[in-house]
Amino acid sequence: MMPGPAAEGGPMVYKIDPQTDRHYIEEFRRKPVGAHSPGLQRLLNILRHDPSGWQVILVCRRPFAAWVLGLMPPRRDGPLQIEEGPVFASREEAEWEVFRRRWRAHTGEDINLPFRD
Amino acid sequence: MLKILGYPDRYSVAPGETIAFKLSQEEGEDFAARLVRVIHGDCNPEGPGLKFRHVPTAIDGRHPGRPQRLDAGSYMIVDPMPPLMAGAFTFFAMIWPTRPMAPDQTILAQWDPLRQAGIRIALDEGFLSASLGSGTGGVETMTLDRPMLERQWYAISVSIDPAASRVALEQRPVKRYAHIDDRRSLSGRLAMAPAAVAAPLYLAGCPGADGRVTSHFDGKIDAPMLLSGVQEAWRYPALLEGDPGPVIARWDFSQAVRTTRAVDIGPSGHHGRLVHLPARGMKGWNWTGEAHDWQRKPAHYGAIHFHSDDIYDAGWETSLELTIPPDLESGPYALHVACGESDETATREFYIAFFVRPPRRGGRGKSRPAVVFLAPTCSYIAYANHAEHITARGAERQMGRLLTFGHADLWMYDHPELGASLYDSHADGSGVCYSSRLRPNLNFSPRYHSWLGGHGSGLYQYNADTHLFDWLEHQGVAYDVITDEDLHEEGIDLLHDYRIVVTGTHPEYHSTPMWDAMKAWIDEGGRLMYLGANGWYWRIAFHDELPGVIEVRRAEDGIRTWIAEPGEYYHSFTGEYGGLWRRMGRAPNVICGVGFIGQGFDVSSYYRRRPDAGNPRAAFIFEGVSDEIIGNFGLIGGGAAGIEIDCLTTSLGSPPNMLRLASSEDHSPMILLVNEEFGVVPPALGGDQNERVRADLAFGETPAGGALFATSSIAWCGSLSHNGYDNNVSRITANVLKRFLDPTPFT
Repeated sequence: MMPGPAAEGGPMVYKIDPQTDRHYIEEFRRKPVGAHSPGLQRLLNILRHDPSGWQVILVCRRPFAAWVLGLMPPRRDGPLQIEEGPVFASREEAEWEVFRRRWRAHTGEDINLPFRD
Repeated sequence: MLKILGYPDRYSVAPGETIAFKLSQEEGEDFAARLVRVIHGDCNPEGPGLKFRHVPTAIDGRHPGRPQRLDAGSYMIVDPMPPLMAGAFTFFAMIWPTRPMAPDQTILAQWDPLRQAGIRIALDEGFLSASLGSGTGGVETMTLDRPMLERQWYAISVSIDPAASRVALEQRPVKRYAHIDDRRSLSGRLAMAPAAVAAPLYLAGCPGADGRVTSHFDGKIDAPMLLSGVQEAWRYPALLEGDPGPVIARWDFSQAVRTTRAVDIGPSGHHGRLVHLPARGMKGWNWTGEAHDWQRKPAHYGAIHFHSDDIYDAGWETSLELTIPPDLESGPYALHVACGESDETATREFYIAFFVRPPRRGGRGKSRPAVVFLAPTCSYIAYANHAEHITARGAERQMGRLLTFGHADLWMYDHPELGASLYDSHADGSGVCYSSRLRPNLNFSPRYHSWLGGHGSGLYQYNADTHLFDWLEHQGVAYDVITDEDLHEEGIDLLHDYRIVVTGTHPEYHSTPMWDAMKAWIDEGGRLMYLGANGWYWRIAFHDELPGVIEVRRAEDGIRTWIAEPGEYYHSFTGEYGGLWRRMGRAPNVICGVGFIGQGFDVSSYYRRRPDAGNPRAAFIFEGVSDEIIGNFGLIGGGAAGIEIDCLTTSLGSPPNMLRLASSEDHSPMILLVNEEFGVVPPALGGDQNERVRADLAFGETPAGGALFATSSIAWCGSLSHNGYDNNVSRITANVLKRFLDPTPFT
């Protein structure tokens, strides 16, 4: 089982600082899923919260082979918005792409790093 | 998107019995069907891959198919019901709207949708209205001009005098607030003559022209009554207190709570029938907190909570029947159906899972295998169409990764009428306390990869259990399958044929008869292999009359995705106090030796041997296993210890002779201490900081010569197939099974 929906709340106390938080980018790139440092976990807790109610989702086209991103609207009576591409070969690639998008949304900065060198 | 799906009329079928399958397909006019033995439903390329064994039967081949629809929404129907508008009448009720701003919610209707005749009392975006139809094309609606507030009780009154074409409406809040003026009344004359219709009477729904019952009400209705003549609203309180009146019908929802009957205590016996299981045992408008049990103070529990998305029985027509061959081995099976080739945009096949149980008493004989798998079908039903990835924001944080949507999830998103799981909330925000198997259950199916269930395979509940089916098959273990429902119905007698009960990965939900049977069997010397975690956690109830539906009340404590309202902790199906078994004084530890301690859904970890592993009593378990680290591999989160984990706690009932063979460590920060384990919220809940977050691999003998073996981890079975089934998790499991098969009593 999992805990219930996140309670509505006010603004986060912690603000992402692109300078002091920058080193978490590489930590996430190396391991998008798994045990993270407390600092990266805090960063992710913020990035993964969208007060608008929109929710990024990972749509599986072919199990363990092809994934695309999608957006779920705040209300279920609206349609899912599913992207045609990019098509990801792994969950980790998709996680990295979403991280990059969210980092840009929060800091205005682009992360011009591929998932793997 | 999913193009074909269905459900069976039962999850457990014995040889010689017939099981019916009900299918809907969105493409084509026929489908291919075949019976398969389910061995491994995980298509993760890191594992053994999908394994199904075709079982030739007479149903092999193509069968006609068509779309079938789901009509959710609970309501009451009285049929027959005399035409109300044959004379003047008044409707009184107490209502508690829970989604008042939604449009077109019927409170009462006697309506002919084809002729547009009759009466419909509704709440439309919060405004109380009465619509009357002449049957000749004219429909007039009178509406109050102040909306109702959400979750506030209102006394409503609607009186109609057809002969005079007069209508009067009133809403009166039970509780008044300063600066809020929501008491309203209105009376007027219609321009047309409303028609009396000979039609059933509905509460919380209205018949539509397409034959469906639609326009459902979300909220509670309490003490509805119909009276002859135009009655003033001020009479309602006195009538509620028992004053006699010209009653046509007065439904007392506090009666027959365990049934689907709505009892009319008026003189004419216009009893109602409740469809799609609206919630009963609900506190009413006059609940004070004096009593919390609907059986102790029925007068305070006169409400029924209707939901526009309640569903009990989808009621689909049977597409195919299969009589189980008398010699078919007990085990996990599925009907595999396909209406075309699947591609990246659509899945055109589906596996309808079920179990073949041993023959029923009389045909079972003495030659059963020693091992029985107790299929946790109550847990499968509890999680049926679990949709928190759709409805609960915050789930991505909890999962520690993006929420996955396969084709089945995309279909689920578009079809909330499928009905929710016991983890979800209704559209009005109230918790789903009933769940039925008489509808498609998309996650009770091999090949379903879940949005929760651990990085890697992402399996949870049924499909995670196929890891065990696969291992049993690989090991050549002969075993029967019985289901939770079988155990509930037949009790300990069903277990007497077996020496070993093997559980699934997550046997969480148990009724009192199930609990009692299992405990008695263990006490008699049974041997339990508990290959999961979070077991024996919630008490559930079955319905006296309706098959295939369970109830939970998420009371007081535990991991609760919704929380029962104070005063609504008692099951309506049985009258039993609901909630955690732990709060009944029957913690999981009492049954299986261990109890729930932590959960997290990202990655799993491993176990490290503890000193008890060297105890001679445990020597058989570690035969051939010298490793210090156990299970640092696996398809469920990459380790054998994870997702949900249990530990030994003597104070909760873990037998003091249990050996702590190994304990997990090095958990992710996202595997968190469960909330029934603390009174004051500690600052360090995560498995990286909280020393209590651990899975205990445990073993202990029972006084009657039996034994308990607990892996204490949902992820355990995901490690069984690693390295071609040659690994320490597989070896330990096999060692335990081998000794448990030996009839020599444990001492």
